[in-house]
Amino acid sequence: MTAKLPVAFLPLIDAAPLIVAVELGFDRDEGIALDLRRAHSWSSLRDMVSFGQVTAAQMLAPMPVATALGLVGTGAALASVAVLSTNGEVIGVSNAMAQRIRDTGYSFATGFGDARAAGQALIAAADGPLRIGVPFPFSMHAELLYHWLTALGLPAPAAVDIRTVPPPLMASALAAGELDAFCVGEPWGSMAVETNAGALLLPGSAIWPGAPEKVLGVRADLADASPEPLRAMIRALWRAGEWLSDPQSRTTACAFLSRRDYVDVPAEMIDRALSGHLTLTSRGDSRIVPDFVGFAQNTPQQDHAAWIAGRLAARLGLDRATARQAAIATWRTDLHDTALRAIPGYSPRADAMTHSFDGQEFSPSLQE
Amino acid sequence: MQRILKIIIVETDPSRAALIEESLAHAGQYELLTITDMSRLTAAIADHNPDIILIDLDNPSRDSLEELRLASAPLERPVALFVDQSDANLTKLAIEAGVSAYVVDGLRADRLKPIIDAAVARFTMFRQMRNELATTKRALEERKVIDRAKGLLMKARGIDEQAAYDLLRRAAMDQGRKVYDVAEALVTTAGLLS
Repeated sequence: MTAKLPVAFLPLIDAAPLIVAVELGFDRDEGIALDLRRAHSWSSLRDMVSFGQVTAAQMLAPMPVATALGLVGTGAALASVAVLSTNGEVIGVSNAMAQRIRDTGYSFATGFGDARAAGQALIAAADGPLRIGVPFPFSMHAELLYHWLTALGLPAPAAVDIRTVPPPLMASALAAGELDAFCVGEPWGSMAVETNAGALLLPGSAIWPGAPEKVLGVRADLADASPEPLRAMIRALWRAGEWLSDPQSRTTACAFLSRRDYVDVPAEMIDRALSGHLTLTSRGDSRIVPDFVGFAQNTPQQDHAAWIAGRLAARLGLDRATARQAAIATWRTDLHDTALRAIPGYSPRADAMTHSFDGQEFSPSLQE
Repeated sequence: MQRILKIIIVETDPSRAALIEESLAHAGQYELLTITDMSRLTAAIADHNPDIILIDLDNPSRDSLEELRLASAPLERPVALFVDQSDANLTKLAIEAGVSAYVVDGLRADRLKPIIDAAVARFTMFRQMRNELATTKRALEERKVIDRAKGLLMKARGIDEQAAYDLLRRAAMDQGRKVYDVAEALVTTAGLLS
């Protein structure tokens, strides 16, 4: 009898490892059957995990950390047992803001990928506090924005008004003039360009290449009480990540993801993110971004958890050392390693690059 | 005398909102307010400073409410998902019914319970209706695909409808699959070959 494991996801391209594991049967190869359930908000995913409706869920990397710091959630401690994806976020601006940015002499087509030039153009074009939408208050989207704008001299959070807008509503909030900009996961940035609501300014990978984006979150007590099905799930997701990292898989992956029960947008829109060939403006400017989104760095790196905790603690006035310790405990590098070592011939990949665009190292010791 | 609790219902569908209001009116005396415009959600909540916010678990705008918990948020008092953490059962019931409640910290459990009970009953009904609708829709879609597959077989092999259906059913039994799955595969393949 195969163990059936309910797992929740949101309609985003970085749910790809979960979808691929099911569609190609990597789960059944490991003796489990993932039962994917689409949800509509990050808070409902978290509650479904906390109250045992699902075994695991796709989560924003800072969610288990923020829960450990008591910032969100209902008290059930969460653990991050695998990284599902790196980067894949994109920053976009409203048409009005895009025009003001062009007026500063900036070119969307040539600037895309240059975090410094794009950020300086955005700051120069701002009239008043920048209103920027993110999908969740505790997200890499928010952290990357704060890091990027602060490094370029904008006093964040004072000069920015970062607010939560559900990804599918991001384009309409831009069009309605409620936002000047957003940072969102694909395909929702490309959808904003497609519906003529705005233009893409910068990929998240230009701020911090290899930044962890989504993780597989579970209840912390489950991670210790019943590690075997989780290990099987980690291996199935690792195989899915390897498969997704092969460029030959792209067309098939786009077809899977576009299906109505998954992301439910046309395959061409998904292809933009998976190929990194993004259309930036409704005028048709486009750019190829190598490694726009990655699926091959699966091991939760404790340095990254500590970095996230340090940033949250500094912004919200918590004790940094305590926060880092609590955060590190939620990222289960050990569980992930044990699971993968059971794969014949497995050898860990080299670490992802750990420098941001302004040369900062993503290591907690250098963060004082 | 106890102060009347102020409850905000976040619901885009006005007829559903009216049903929830009706259930709550039966449960006790409350000040009820419905927000249907999601773009002004957090601002509207801050303006009214409610004791309790009820929102569909599947409403994507739920994530915006999480902002209210941040220190810099417009609400003075912190908001928690359910006041009494020890009453995990009540929370679990609500989540299964598909409703989430944001409750101002410090609200007594005995004042909260009738409200949650009423909301849970109503949302359970919504969920059942939604499930029934989904089942009906799926059955209709499956029939459409099976009809198309039958049509393809009738044309390709010159057989009548009953023979076509028997063929589909036999193939399904032989392969241990559902008739619909076999029909869908046939329709997809035919689409590729045409």
